[in-house]
Amino acid sequence: MNSIILRTGTRALIPVFLFVALMTLWRGHNDPGGGFIGGLLAAICVALIEKAFGVAQARRWLILPPMMIAGIGLSCAILSGLWGALANGWFLSSVWPLYANVDGKWEGLAAGSILLFDSGVFLVVVGVVSAILFALEEAGVPESRKDEP
Amino acid sequence: METIVAVLAGLLVAGGAYLMLSGNLVRYILGLTILSNAANLVIFAAGRMAKAAPALTAYGADAPAAGVANPVPQALILTAIVIGFGLFCFALTLAYRAFYAMGTARMDAMRIAEPREDRG
Amino acid sequence: MQQTVPYEAGPWRFLPSAVMAAAFAWFATFLPSASAGQTAELVFPWVPTLGIDIAFRLDALSLLFSLLITGVGAICFLYSAEYFHNDRRLKRLLTLMVLFAMSMLGVVLADDAVTLFVAWECTTITSFLLVGFDHHKADARYKAQQALLVTGMGGLALMAGLIIMGTVAGTFRLSEMADFAGFTSDPLYPAMLILVLIGCFTKSAQFPFHFWLPGAMAAPTPVSAYLHSATMVKAGVYLVARMTPMLGGTEVWSWTLSLVGATTMVVASFWALRQSDLKLMLAWTTLMGLGALMLGLGGGGYYAIGGAMTFIVVHAFYKAALFLGVGLLDKGAGTREVGELGGLRGAMPMSFIIIALAAASMAGLPPFVGFIGKELIYEGALHATTEEIFVLTMAVTANALMVAVALVLAIRPFFGTFRAPHAAPADPSILMWGGPALLALGGLGLGLVPGPFGALIGQITEIVRAAPGAPELKLWHGVNGALMLSLLTFALGGVFFWGVPQLRAALIREEDRVPDSAAVYDILLNAMRDTAAWVARTTQNGRMMSYLRVTFTTLALMVWGAIFVGAGAVAQIDPDIPLFHWGLVIAIAASLSTIIFTGSRLVAITALGGIGLAIAVIYVLYSAIDVAMTQLLTETLIVVFVAVAFTKLPRAGTGALRIGDAIIAAILGLGVTFALLAVLGSGLEQDVSAFYLEAAYPQAAGRNIVNVILVDFRALDTLGEVAVVLIAGIAALAALRAGREVKK
Repeated sequence: MNSIILRTGTRALIPVFLFVALMTLWRGHNDPGGGFIGGLLAAICVALIEKAFGVAQARRWLILPPMMIAGIGLSCAILSGLWGALANGWFLSSVWPLYANVDGKWEGLAAGSILLFDSGVFLVVVGVVSAILFALEEAGVPESRKDEP
Repeated sequence: METIVAVLAGLLVAGGAYLMLSGNLVRYILGLTILSNAANLVIFAAGRMAKAAPALTAYGADAPAAGVANPVPQALILTAIVIGFGLFCFALTLAYRAFYAMGTARMDAMRIAEPREDRG
Repeated sequence: MQQTVPYEAGPWRFLPSAVMAAAFAWFATFLPSASAGQTAELVFPWVPTLGIDIAFRLDALSLLFSLLITGVGAICFLYSAEYFHNDRRLKRLLTLMVLFAMSMLGVVLADDAVTLFVAWECTTITSFLLVGFDHHKADARYKAQQALLVTGMGGLALMAGLIIMGTVAGTFRLSEMADFAGFTSDPLYPAMLILVLIGCFTKSAQFPFHFWLPGAMAAPTPVSAYLHSATMVKAGVYLVARMTPMLGGTEVWSWTLSLVGATTMVVASFWALRQSDLKLMLAWTTLMGLGALMLGLGGGGYYAIGGAMTFIVVHAFYKAALFLGVGLLDKGAGTREVGELGGLRGAMPMSFIIIALAAASMAGLPPFVGFIGKELIYEGALHATTEEIFVLTMAVTANALMVAVALVLAIRPFFGTFRAPHAAPADPSILMWGGPALLALGGLGLGLVPGPFGALIGQITEIVRAAPGAPELKLWHGVNGALMLSLLTFALGGVFFWGVPQLRAALIREEDRVPDSAAVYDILLNAMRDTAAWVARTTQNGRMMSYLRVTFTTLALMVWGAIFVGAGAVAQIDPDIPLFHWGLVIAIAASLSTIIFTGSRLVAITALGGIGLAIAVIYVLYSAIDVAMTQLLTETLIVVFVAVAFTKLPRAGTGALRIGDAIIAAILGLGVTFALLAVLGSGLEQDVSAFYLEAAYPQAAGRNIVNVILVDFRALDTLGEVAVVLIAGIAALAALRAGREVKK
């Protein structure tokens, strides 16, 4: 695809998209959103870049290979589980180092093992979707392609 | 509304199954996508549908007000949608690969694993 | 040309034998305590909720078998180490034999029915591997498979029997079962009896399952000596002895054991004389020995049980010695064919002495321990609870034939004109003949000084009979019935030996006419193969569409089946449906029919997106905000993906209306609708949801309950799902990679 409008629009949209995706991830615990939705938003952002500038450009923009991003994501999720196991003796239990329950109200910064887990989910979704999209885009057109009933 | 969803789910399953049975890989994938949508709807309806508030705890409260939507099927469907998407991606690439390798998208013509025996 | 250096196994080859000898010594330290009736236990919990433990218990009965397994094992392992000295497969052989010995120890030491069964199956598998040791030979593979199928089938029967017994008794501990008196009066007694005995009879090669044992002679000679004389085939005998306090004492028990044992005994002794291969001859005499053991156990009196237990030891001594002795002949003179051997007593003196001593014990000559064993069996037969004439006739006939076989073994290869395939036959090294010599001498020693060993046998007899009273082991019982029978046996045996050539000729003539259970096995096996092939041909026709149709039809039937089986309450049809909702339904139906009937890919993709959007609207309407967002976003991505992929795939095409498929799809769709209505008509427990709603904020610090469920309460599920997504991605990449290589 080679459209000036798409390219210009995409350039303007990328920061907005990313901001929305990360906000969705961050606010997911208390308001609609979360790792899956944020990840899908970011994946759509990658798809947009890919459509506007091509696979090579999108790969460069991602810096890391997409499957490595997914792998980091899964590692994050597992690490958050181990964090819970170390802190509470219970795999995947929540740990809130900066967040405390004071008289029934949670106060402080809502960052802890759960956010790490959700970020892992986010990264896996982004990585896998990008990886398959890129590979699909790069895959050759079979020579024998002919329409069949 | 559950009644309507039941009819809709039936409709989607029938349409999806018909497409999957068409013997063409491309239509098979379309059918698969529709079928997974229908499955999500079934789970959603089985958890009861109500025009209630979303399952959110209001700021300043400890628990949501009575009568919010059932969160369990929602959590189930949310992951089911993502998994379904992953499955769809895999099916798509598999279809591509099969077409690439065998030069046909007609499923009955794919007989590499079980070649036609020369009998009678 | 490649220079081949002859392989020579290092000193490690003696390690298994040394370990076995050490184990033997360790077990021997239990002799005084076990003979006095004490036991040792070792228990690890396994499945505590089901009352299943890994439990071991060492009493006199277990100790006897453990000593045999380790003692004969040490000798056989040493023999193997020398027999296969220059064979690269020695490592494999010894590994398998050690595994087998451990499984066997597991069988005889287990105090838990499930532990016993697991060990039992381990012996089946390891013996399968050992019988099929020469797996490059089709015959060895066939024989190994035969042994596996017959004993494996018996193992399944045994498992069923043990489970019934455990359920009836309320415990899987054998020692506790032995105290439970209710087996014989339980209505399930016949089932337990038949199933357990099938297990024992197949393992101990009783008629009509006997045919696998001569077949198992495809194994190397040391393996046969170990498995098919002293250990594996005795597992069935052990289990019958173990089960006697639980299932024994009834008429049907005694009769079954006596009849099966006696039949096996006589059939086997006749066929033993027909053989010309010395090893096969021994295999058939082993069957005879096993039959005699069953007969003794069936007798039930203390003479019979004590005799059987003594005979186990007797048999292990002489049979292992004879098998190993035949191995010496094979190695030293070059063949096991009795017709090709003769006059070897000068060239192979050690082999001659070993075989002669062992054969004397087998024939039951005094003062060998074989004599004591035979006397006790005769004494038991005289006191048999079943028809004593029948039992006595069978016992005397079989023993007389045994005497004839013993004479053939001791005389034919060693006397007469000198014949041997090897030009200069000679005894192999002491490492090979030392072990069997020890066994052969042991048969003599135990006969002369039976006292210490008698205490153990006495204790075992009390365990098996669950009653006091044990026979005394001594050589001279005075002139009594048993002695008369012995003399008769020797006389008859001499006659049989004199008539062996005629007898063998007659047996060879009649061989094809006698019904043979091995033939039945072949017929059954072939029938099973043919049926399997037929099923595969008809169901696996290779057409993918027929598989899919079968799958969907089955699915439809299952859905309808669930509706009919379940409670039939269908939800109230809600009459008040807003117009807007009808609009959604129409939009979805229209998109669906567009996809089905369009020939254009672009139109199909657009319509697919339309369906996804309409469903997202439903989620929005019913307060599932997170779900709606996810649905919208994936729907967007799906359209992107399909758009990319479909440029590389052929057009979807429409084709004619397929009535058959439409019917299958319609039945399935209707089923889903009705099933959902039925679900909605039944109640819904909301406890779980209520818990999540209440606990989300105070416990998990989150206000979005759907998200809290995903990342906190059920985070493990989500972790699994994320992993699945990742795996799907890897698989998709793998599928695509092949395409990229060819890209122009």
